[in-house]
Amino acid sequence: MAGIEEQSKIKNEGEIRYLSPLDINTSKAKKYCMFRRSGIKYVDYKDGDFLGRFINEQGKILPRRLTGTSLKYQRKVAVAVKRARHLGLLPYVGDLLK
Amino acid sequence: MKNYETVFILNPALSEEQVQKSVDKYEKYLKSNGAKIISKEIWGLKKLAYTIENKNSGFYNLLEYTGPAEIVPSLELDFTRDETVMRYLTVTLDKHAIAWAEKRRNRGPKKVSTKKVSTKKAS
Repeated sequence: MAGIEEQSKIKNEGEIRYLSPLDINTSKAKKYCMFRRSGIKYVDYKDGDFLGRFINEQGKILPRRLTGTSLKYQRKVAVAVKRARHLGLLPYVGDLLK
Repeated sequence: MKNYETVFILNPALSEEQVQKSVDKYEKYLKSNGAKIISKEIWGLKKLAYTIENKNSGFYNLLEYTGPAEIVPSLELDFTRDETVMRYLTVTLDKHAIAWAEKRRNRGPKKVSTKKVSTKKAS
């Protein structure tokens, strides 16, 4: 695929401009639930490093719209993060965790 | 009889021996009340994510056992009476958790990131 600027240049040279749409790639990488894909059945609250993937730098649980986790496992992640917080493996409030 | 898992954090001011003694005490307590210990892990001194009782680290210990349901509240009552126990958490293990725990045991405890704190004296 030619770059957008190149394409527009080619089209500018002709008499008719921009009659056909520019070929821009708009498809994004599809998100997926990592628990389903890798077959993890149980979310371990004892593994703080692993749970670190599901919290933001303030220590908040990331929504599944960002992580792509399925609803079933998002619930388990939420419980696991809360248990880990109780045990001092993850912070309740963090600052620049990552 | 369900499988249970208890994590408890002991005061960092204790010595390794005292920690061992304390874990043995609870192990004995569980055994004498009809529970069967499946596994025991002493993670050692670990840093806490936030201060608990003005301390920045603690001795983490894990007990996995199976036994009658009445044993859990009585064990937790013991934890509340013990001043050296800073935090505890008991969870019931479902079939996936049991499978996971077994896998984890076979893999060895090294996967659990035990970031040992070199400074033994924590405020």
